[in-house]
Amino acid sequence: MSANPAAQTSRAPSAAFILKKSLISALVALVLFSLMIGVRTEAGPDGQLTYWTRFGDLAVMVAAVFGGSILIELFRQWWGPVDTARVVPAPVQNALAFGGRLVAPVLLVFTFLVPVLFYNERYILDLAILVLTYVMLGWGLNVVVGLAGLLDLGYVAFYAVGAYSYALLATNFGLSFWICLPLAGILAAFWGVLLGFPVLRLRGDYLAIVTLAFGEIIRLVLINWQSLTGGPNGVTGIPRPTLFGIPLTPADDGLAAMLGIEFSPTHRIVFLFYIILALALLTNWVTIRLRRLPIGRAWEALREDEVACRALGINTTTTKLTAFATGAMFGGLAGAFFATRQGFISPESFTFHESALVLAIVVLGGMGSQLGVALAALAMIGGFELFRGLDQYRMLVFGMAMVLLMIWRPRGLIGHRAPTVFLQRKEAISSDLVKEGHG
Amino acid sequence: MSGDHILSVDRLSMRFGGIVAVNDLSFNAERRKITALIGPNGAGKTTVFNCITGFYKPTSGAIGLTHDDGHAIRLERLNDFRIAKLAKVARTFQNIRLFPGMTALENLMVAQHNALMRASGLTFLGLIGAPSWRTAEQAAIDLATTWLDRIGLLDRADDAAGNLPYGDQRRLEIARAMCTEPALLCLDEPAAGLNARESAALSELLLSIRADQGTSILLIEHDMSVVMEISDHVVVMDHGVKIAEGTPKHIRDDPKVIAAYLGTDEEEAIAVMESGT
Repeated sequence: MSANPAAQTSRAPSAAFILKKSLISALVALVLFSLMIGVRTEAGPDGQLTYWTRFGDLAVMVAAVFGGSILIELFRQWWGPVDTARVVPAPVQNALAFGGRLVAPVLLVFTFLVPVLFYNERYILDLAILVLTYVMLGWGLNVVVGLAGLLDLGYVAFYAVGAYSYALLATNFGLSFWICLPLAGILAAFWGVLLGFPVLRLRGDYLAIVTLAFGEIIRLVLINWQSLTGGPNGVTGIPRPTLFGIPLTPADDGLAAMLGIEFSPTHRIVFLFYIILALALLTNWVTIRLRRLPIGRAWEALREDEVACRALGINTTTTKLTAFATGAMFGGLAGAFFATRQGFISPESFTFHESALVLAIVVLGGMGSQLGVALAALAMIGGFELFRGLDQYRMLVFGMAMVLLMIWRPRGLIGHRAPTVFLQRKEAISSDLVKEGHG
Repeated sequence: MSGDHILSVDRLSMRFGGIVAVNDLSFNAERRKITALIGPNGAGKTTVFNCITGFYKPTSGAIGLTHDDGHAIRLERLNDFRIAKLAKVARTFQNIRLFPGMTALENLMVAQHNALMRASGLTFLGLIGAPSWRTAEQAAIDLATTWLDRIGLLDRADDAAGNLPYGDQRRLEIARAMCTEPALLCLDEPAAGLNARESAALSELLLSIRADQGTSILLIEHDMSVVMEISDHVVVMDHGVKIAEGTPKHIRDDPKVIAAYLGTDEEEAIAVMESGT
């Protein structure tokens, strides 16, 4: 009957295969859901355990899993083999590549225009500031994790050092934001070196664990050193930044009064937006410059092969320390900005969750890629806000999106490495060749 | 035999727990000459290399290196990166250790790290793009280009090192070691896995390095055609001790060497030799 008997025969066993696979899925669902859905327990009026069964719901769930997995398998068969010729034709691919080159400049111009476009939408401006803070943190951590290949799970420690440096210097000594900003960076870098010395003998998992501990130690010190940091109450009344000494307040000497315009609290938000944008761009610029300098190449070489580095006379200890210090410095700058934006900081803002989030941004973006980190920060922070309407399913959807993305692009959004120097042509290096580093 | 030794290994021993990998080994490598270290598998050759290049700390013994200007350095007192940096000893690895995700050119730029770090004013001059840094960087690119040209990889300069064919990777690793401008180049089985044509090209490259750069070379090699063709001096090891040393011709006819390689005793080896000729 069929014009293609080969296809017929190849499809015949697949029906049994689909059925088998779906049955297994249904069985797993039955085992899982029999307790989760099948039996409902609740505390009775006198505190005793009452329970009742919901076998109808259970049957519906198992049937749904069974039917769903049949549908998914059929869909996969229909979709055809993945590894044959590319579906996307060459001209479209070229257009995509061209578009890809435009992403960064377009994104940059758009970012500059955000306060103009959304001047009256306070929510979007606040969100944009938050995203940019994480872009900066991501770019800072990218130096340590993406370039030098050192897994740092305690990055939030440097963020905290920067924030508390500014908060304490400003509230105790009345120093201005612009003086404290470099000081916060230097102090964080100093802590980076301090952490680095004992830790850099360790490699891989051991390094990750110790940096994780360091992040927790900093947080615990902040909680317990009440006389200095105010403990769990944090530091309040952190001064807002000024524009060359002119405060952005409704007072007579404020910027609005001086310019003769009506005061609006949005001025300060826009000002903060441009401060963090400038800081983030500084981070980006310095990182891009460093990559093309011997120190940046040594970081990447360290990620590729530490033994070969030593054989070439590279002092791996100082190279790692500079990576730690540079990353910590950017974290400290971002921390100082965080403190001045919030006006209040407490140890609660510097939990492991923050380190994990920044690390996820770096990994999701594609380790070492500046654009990838920026896109990932946008997706992680901005995307998370998008799902706000989903209430308690937000985490679920978000987690699923991340899993799918990691299946689709296991090496991150931008999974290739741009060479730092070239003779004839600048060609991206496939991420399959680039090592992740192990220490 | 001239007494101008660049490297002198004196009563070197290396133990790992109860295992004696190298036992009381002494030999010299002459300046601007190619010295080969040969021996059967497990003879302790790579251990000697790792001691010389600082990856292992020898249990006992001394390793002395004398630069052209007479400056003498005790290698056993330095650790690995200082041996490469101060004593100017460069090495390659038995299993190639390039930076696979970086381009061939970048690999050679990393090799010039210490010189470039000085030129970039420990990064600060480089960060502001000082003219002195720009000229130094161009000079480094030029040196790398020269070496890429010499190993015939100029047109693949911008390809990832991990994407190069095996033979090219071997040559690139040698070029990378040479970009550190070493006084002594240590090669651990440079011809391993190469075909006959590639080994011939390798021999030519090593001879030209000796002639043009005046670099002294110490190599471990199993490929006897390469050893016999280019070495000036051969040291034979077996079970951690030196069993013979001399010119390639002298070594080739030494029954002790043949016995070691065939895994038999000396009398049998002599019998084999005689029946063969």
